[in-house]
Amino acid sequence: MSAPADTRGGWAQARLAAALLAVDPGLGGAMLKARAGPARDAWLEALRNLVNEAAPWRRIPAGVGDEALLGGVDLAGTLKAGRAVHRAGLLDDIRNGVGVLAMAERAGAGLAARLALALDAAPAPMIIALDESADPDDGAPGALTERLAFHLDLSGVALSDLSEAQAEHDREAVAMARVRLPYVENGDADRALTRTAAALGITSLRPPLLALRAARAAAALDGLDEIGEAQAALAARLVLAPRALHLPHQDQAEDDPAPGEPPDAPPQDQDAQHDNHEPDPDPDTVQTPDDLTEITTEAAKAAMPAGLLARLEAGAPPRGSGAGGRAGATRRSGQRGRPAGTRRGDPGEGRKLDVLATLRAAAPWGRMRRRGWDRLKSGPALEVRREDFRIKHFKQKAETLTIFVVDASGSLALNRLAEAKGAVELMLAESYVRRDQVALIAFRGSTAETLLPPTRSLTRAKKSLAALPGGGGTPLATAIDAAEALAHGAARQGRTVTLVFLTDGAANVTRAGTSGRDIAQAEAHDAARRLRAAGHGAIIVDVSRRGADTARSVAQAMAARYVRLPAGNPGALADLARKAAA
Amino acid sequence: MTLNFPFPAIVGQEEMKQALLIACVEPRVGGVLIFGDRGTAKSTAVRALAGLLPEIETYEHCPYNSAPGSDPIGGDARARGHQVRKPTPVVDLPLGVTEDRVVGALDIEKALRKGEKAFEPGLLARANRGFLYIDEVNLLEDHIVDLLLDVAATGENVVERDGLSVRHPAKFVLVGSGNPEEGELRPQLLDRFGLSVEVSTPRDIEDRIEVVRRRDAFERDPVAFCARWEEAVGELRARIAKAQTLVAKIETTDAVLRRASEICMALGADGLRGELTLIRAARAQAALEGCAAMSLEHLRAVAPAALRHRLRRDPLDEAGSSVRIERGLAEAFAA
Repeated sequence: MSAPADTRGGWAQARLAAALLAVDPGLGGAMLKARAGPARDAWLEALRNLVNEAAPWRRIPAGVGDEALLGGVDLAGTLKAGRAVHRAGLLDDIRNGVGVLAMAERAGAGLAARLALALDAAPAPMIIALDESADPDDGAPGALTERLAFHLDLSGVALSDLSEAQAEHDREAVAMARVRLPYVENGDADRALTRTAAALGITSLRPPLLALRAARAAAALDGLDEIGEAQAALAARLVLAPRALHLPHQDQAEDDPAPGEPPDAPPQDQDAQHDNHEPDPDPDTVQTPDDLTEITTEAAKAAMPAGLLARLEAGAPPRGSGAGGRAGATRRSGQRGRPAGTRRGDPGEGRKLDVLATLRAAAPWGRMRRRGWDRLKSGPALEVRREDFRIKHFKQKAETLTIFVVDASGSLALNRLAEAKGAVELMLAESYVRRDQVALIAFRGSTAETLLPPTRSLTRAKKSLAALPGGGGTPLATAIDAAEALAHGAARQGRTVTLVFLTDGAANVTRAGTSGRDIAQAEAHDAARRLRAAGHGAIIVDVSRRGADTARSVAQAMAARYVRLPAGNPGALADLARKAAA
Repeated sequence: MTLNFPFPAIVGQEEMKQALLIACVEPRVGGVLIFGDRGTAKSTAVRALAGLLPEIETYEHCPYNSAPGSDPIGGDARARGHQVRKPTPVVDLPLGVTEDRVVGALDIEKALRKGEKAFEPGLLARANRGFLYIDEVNLLEDHIVDLLLDVAATGENVVERDGLSVRHPAKFVLVGSGNPEEGELRPQLLDRFGLSVEVSTPRDIEDRIEVVRRRDAFERDPVAFCARWEEAVGELRARIAKAQTLVAKIETTDAVLRRASEICMALGADGLRGELTLIRAARAQAALEGCAAMSLEHLRAVAPAALRHRLRRDPLDEAGSSVRIERGLAEAFAA
């Protein structure tokens, strides 16, 4: 057996993942969370050195259109050559090859679905999704990442790591492993990895399947005929750990974990990137499947990045569960919606050719252009040139997003948090009927937290609302800042934003997190004025018992509608909100 | 050709399998909607259907899968080649697909090169006489879903655009799947699907291990794996074929009809569509079981799938529709 896998650092592990991909492209690929930089380049370079030389290597832009992806008739080429010229799509190019998806977090659900479809087919491409998002809530679309075995985070890799020695495995080793791969036995690893996945709250069965494949590739690379515990542990660490939904419980290897159950395991403070040593298991003891489960579970646990642990402990939803990445505003124009006229331009990249208008544009020139052809006694009835191309123009109704900012501070918790929740639920139901997106921010203590990034799912909205605890100070300025940031992002994607604040306006925690009523109030007014400048529609719902001047003055600063929560009648509030948003 | 995972090798997920089999036997039941988490064998089950259905008789180059003896669409009978047998089509419709690709559009190449106004058939044509599968149907744009449901209901695709006027048969069973956490389907669209099932990953750890083992074995050696399951697939195929002939002969007794109405009323399921689906699904279920007549047991077996999505919705009711329907059924059958 080779050196125990667990002593390798983050960078070495990432390189190992590259080697495993080269051994078994059926692993689907990897999601690489890193900004553009030397670490990412070095990893891609390493992978490229290891995969089959002949394998095509293509870059897939996040905004790639169907024509480029699936291929089709090359219009300009066809007209020029006078015969049908077909252009192969990117997906055809990369069968048996590698596709590098740039800015995966901006890939839309449509692109993700196409890539997922390609990954399900045979022969499947290998997809490396480059995720550059900074916000953990923003990620590559789940349908895609679900099918990629490795989720690697290179942000902790230092330059000194990169210069570190040669790769453990070269192309020759990979080639030998590839030959060996079909003969590697699973042993008990299938059982152990499935149990570990269950213990980590991973409901989908794809991850354990991918982990098993990874373990087998690792065994092949290590020259073994059967998956050993080092390989199983490695697979748990590389494939399962990044997807964990909660910390493993001792008894949960047995039962399927109840979803949403708060983790009660003790906090972990180790940082997997730099310190993931494990007690070296004694290879002489006979391993029962349960022992192996324990080893793989421990390995996965040890490999969870510190940030993930913190999030899990806070009960926050895991990242990367989103339906789609978010593309920029341009994605929404020129592709769909109601037709809104025709203009000159080249088709492709989602722009559709208006055939009739194109032919019409070419018609007047017919005789003049045919002169050249007449001498040859051939040629088309109508000659269409590039300058005749007309493309369709579409108009799409902007989507709307309603951001609820809920004050869960102590002053409210005592009084009317339950009523405020009821009102938000009713407004959520309203938004649901209108097919609006909703987002939820709650603030208390010293922070404002985005409980729910923009979604259309009522199920998720209700869940996060029900779990909202109350108590603590009122960091109103922080909350307004957070709301503005969210609104800004949504507006840039072409959405119309309405903000609904449910608060009594009694700010008493500053942006810095210290208490102090005067400074907090001043900051809240300052934030409110900045929000006003952004020009979003806003409503302040005063939830204090008798109406508070503080809320009223914040509303003034924000140029927001001021509404009092009618006592005991949340329905009336939903009504008000509807009118205000209209 | 790529091999599909054998249908009988799917562990558990009985309700989903039942709904899909009913749709095989009685396509008029309307589409099937499958809601559940990722990685619950939704796509696998749908793609496996191709292996269960008898091959269809059609022409070699016919993009519409026309039945033998039918009038050629577009006029040229020679162009579609001679009669062949093809597997029942199961067509994947990817998200973000344009309307052009779904319904078909003017063949740009021919239009520009030859000045010919020719129709380039879309996915609806390819799905004729088979299944059209949409993963993440809840994320598909509403106007495309509307269009699909319309065509699925009428069995015909009518294209009036770009100066084209084409109509061609498009009889298919629509199967949609999705994850409710990522956005829900408009209520108006929900009840236009015939059956609706909810899937979740197996809870039992041994089942989960079995799923991983089978899938892994399939991926390692699809040929050997499929060979191992060939007998089970053959049995199921025969059962479906038998049910397909049997289903037309099963009569609906007054007692069953009355009970179906009572169930729908008790559950507050809107519209007659629910009743109709309930009867059709129960008939298919009876045929699948090889029974010559429908019984109340068959109604009971299909009622959750046929009515779950038709309950009047209270978006804030915490109880899932599955819970509510079980509650209602227990009452209806106790009476």
